[in-house]
Amino acid sequence: MIDKTVADLRSAVAGIHDGATVMIGGFGHAGMPKALIDALIEQGATDLTIVNNNAGNGDTGLAALLAAGRVKKIICSFPRQSDSHVFDALYRAGKIQLELTPQGNLAERIRAAGAGIGGFFTPTGYGTQLAEGKETRLIDGRQYVLESPIHADFALIKALKGDRWGNLVYRKAARNFGPIMASAARCTIAQVDEIVPLGALDPEVIVTPGIFVQRVVQIGGAQ
Amino acid sequence: MKRRSRDEIAQRVALDIPEGAYVNLGIGLPTMVANHLDPAKEIFLHSENGLLGMGPAPAVGEEDEDLINAGKQPVTLLTGGAFFHHADSFAMMRGGHLDICVLGAFQVSARGDLANWHTGAPDAIPAVGGAMDLAIGAKKVFVMMEHQTKSGESKIVPACTYPLTGMACVSRIYTDLATIDVTPDGLAVVDMIEGLTLDVLREITGVPIR
Repeated sequence: MIDKTVADLRSAVAGIHDGATVMIGGFGHAGMPKALIDALIEQGATDLTIVNNNAGNGDTGLAALLAAGRVKKIICSFPRQSDSHVFDALYRAGKIQLELTPQGNLAERIRAAGAGIGGFFTPTGYGTQLAEGKETRLIDGRQYVLESPIHADFALIKALKGDRWGNLVYRKAARNFGPIMASAARCTIAQVDEIVPLGALDPEVIVTPGIFVQRVVQIGGAQ
Repeated sequence: MKRRSRDEIAQRVALDIPEGAYVNLGIGLPTMVANHLDPAKEIFLHSENGLLGMGPAPAVGEEDEDLINAGKQPVTLLTGGAFFHHADSFAMMRGGHLDICVLGAFQVSARGDLANWHTGAPDAIPAVGGAMDLAIGAKKVFVMMEHQTKSGESKIVPACTYPLTGMACVSRIYTDLATIDVTPDGLAVVDMIEGLTLDVLREITGVPIR
């Protein structure tokens, strides 16, 4: 019998090694797997490269991981926000590297990794600072920039419900990066509000099929 | 001569959004356009974090952390609305499926280059978000901004001095003084506030306008 569910958060984040590239789902707080991030802080892995849309909000979740000094580099689209004081201080002190990527390129680079695409030409960013040094190509009269996939060792994501095969459904706009990050990481770990019996999720509405998910942990609806 | 208020600029933009349009309103000033859309028209608002059919802010106490807009403010979903993941959301943009996006700007050049993501100041932490995807993705890109900076310099310029968001991507500019189309033959006035003449507008702007 295949059972991808794990009993607790400690087992969920076991094996995340120093120097790992870790994708973390969420757009601001929506979809951010706070329980998994807290477990990762406790677990102690350091020198991490983090992929997220933002660079932490307030003092919890990703911001807490940054504050704990575990992150050497962040790949994101929108680090600076009204409540990104943790990142701002690290960045100004030269204690964290930033790879800034337009949001749609970030999403597509993650999707491309999951889909086995070696790179893609996108019109986004052509002629801007964020395309400097990148290969460009004129295709059917329009200029494009070559972008590369982003692979990860681990993805930490949040979903509403999961089953023991790793099938997932999400809640509202908390879906955001979950499905594509699940496909782009060698080991995807999902925290869910509820683990349901196999067959309880309607196959017509499963958003992330279990092939993309390696571990599922139930944390209840609170976090 | 009375300049348009920010609300009046938003109102003017809203006039150009027809029923059935798929529209993305950028964060900041463009969000105000939603307040002026005719409720009798069905207009599909897209939010880049994965919503189509976005509705207004919820009643106090009914906010949902999982239902937010691109500016991370609580919103609602209209009946018939949909959720989707980020790659699909940006496929809607980059794939040319959105009819209109409305963006704020630091500068727009005479040929429609847009600068709105970064001042380029050495101590500024850069953050781009979806600005570059929106700039090149929608069928029409509307910019709304004050015509001049606080120190009186025109924000419509011969060539942008701030870092670019996108090249030759702006379709129409809405300011507190005028509505201006970016055409292959240069800038063309659509309308101006009462009491303003084309000569004065040209002088303020410093870029050829017809």
